Amino acid sequence: MSPREKVQIMDQEGIRRALTRIAHEILEKNAGTKDLVLIGIRRRGVPLASRLSERIKEIEGTSIPLGILDITLYRDDLSQLDYHPLVRKTEVPFSITGKKVVLVDDVLYTGRTVRAAMDALMDLGRPQLIQLAVLIDRGHRELPIRADFVGKNVPTSRKEQINVSLLEIDGEDKVTIVEKDT
Amino acid sequence: MKFKRKDVLGLEDLTAEEINLILDTAEPMKEIMTRDIKKVPTLRGRSVITLFYEPSTRTRSSFELAAKYLGADTSSIAIANSSVQKGESLRDTAKTLEAMAADVIIIRHNAAGAPHLLARWVSARVINAGDGAHEHPTQALLDMFTIREKKGGFQGLKVAILGDITHSRVARSNIWGLTKMGAEVRVVGPATLIPPEIERLGVKAYHDWEEGLKDVDVINVLRIQLERQKKGLFPSIREYTRLYGLDQRKLQVAKPDVLVLHPGPVNRGIEISPDVQDGPHAAINEQVTNGVAVRMALLYLLMSGGEKDEISA
Repeated sequence: MSPREKVQIMDQEGIRRALTRIAHEILEKNAGTKDLVLIGIRRRGVPLASRLSERIKEIEGTSIPLGILDITLYRDDLSQLDYHPLVRKTEVPFSITGKKVVLVDDVLYTGRTVRAAMDALMDLGRPQLIQLAVLIDRGHRELPIRADFVGKNVPTSRKEQINVSLLEIDGEDKVTIVEKDT
Repeated sequence: MKFKRKDVLGLEDLTAEEINLILDTAEPMKEIMTRDIKKVPTLRGRSVITLFYEPSTRTRSSFELAAKYLGADTSSIAIANSSVQKGESLRDTAKTLEAMAADVIIIRHNAAGAPHLLARWVSARVINAGDGAHEHPTQALLDMFTIREKKGGFQGLKVAILGDITHSRVARSNIWGLTKMGAEVRVVGPATLIPPEIERLGVKAYHDWEEGLKDVDVINVLRIQLERQKKGLFPSIREYTRLYGLDQRKLQVAKPDVLVLHPGPVNRGIEISPDVQDGPHAAINEQVTNGVAVRMALLYLLMSGGEKDEISA
């Protein structure tokens, strides 16, 4: 059985509004842009972080540093995979020591990616604090991790799969739930 | 993509796709080397042993640092102070290392094929760090990484390998790797140092430097082993330098943006003149940096990924 598209839970407008709200929340929680940096987790966290930085610039008029994190080398399942996840470059061309780092990803699920991302960040410097922004929180955490900013909470079953499509990578903006192969 | 190899023994058996995967993976590895904290936890708890039957500074330390930057533990066996001096065979040494739970054995040996034997005997992964005059795959991979970085690719690129081709494992690995990626490879040197059968590997041989270096994009200068002269393969070091040592005059016939490589260690002023070695075309120190990145990529590709039907390369 091939994966079947079940239901669309966010469209382009929905994603746009969620990101605008998150941008405001980030600014409110951190009282402005001082020491603030955004770091997107590859792959789909990267365009989301870039959109958030544009939104923040529209609101506050200041540009904040934007970085890219590849967490492949920090994964906890490398020896169990039967394929090689392609390692890509981490691009954080500024010091994160003393900064307020907002990590950005598309979906928060088990929390293992975020754990890996935090370890990767700690190897780059000592941030003042780390916050987490995600477009979708689908539950089923396996680690004590939570998001500070959430676009949409989506209760799911483990059999389902959340697919986030973004203009920059997939040619369109939408979020769908798919029933996985059994 | 899967990297199905148990071992990396040479470039002769690797596919263009596998070579590309190694070079692509080396790029992010190079970024790790620029960090304040040059360490990731990827290979934590894995052990890498270097077993060198020949002297080496850069290859051995390059492998050890590559393993350490990825979080593995390393140990090195220097043959001069080891049980090999007491007559231990390669096989027994290998079994001993395996009994210590080595995950990867990196071997350099003066006999061609020694790494291949070792790979059959042990379940640890084996990387060839140079076997006789046969192959030196990681040197060729780092040369190729440097070429790709500077020239953007290999297709249609003219690459000259200059010097003692007969005794060079660097030359053979480069020829196998570069021709596979679509480069046009030529070898340049005196007839006494180029085997007549070399053209069967798909390269053209030149004994005249002016013809051989004309319009090339890359010149890979090989180290000339001074003891070869005693065997009568060329009359004098001075004559070799005059006819085949890379200097400004010879560089003129190549493309204006020619890239000059040398695997090191350099005999300063013999196979390459100091002004070329230290000049803007040479990337000799960058090659050393890239060597660590390429070896990190190989160690990562060999040691991540679970059960697979493996073959030796």
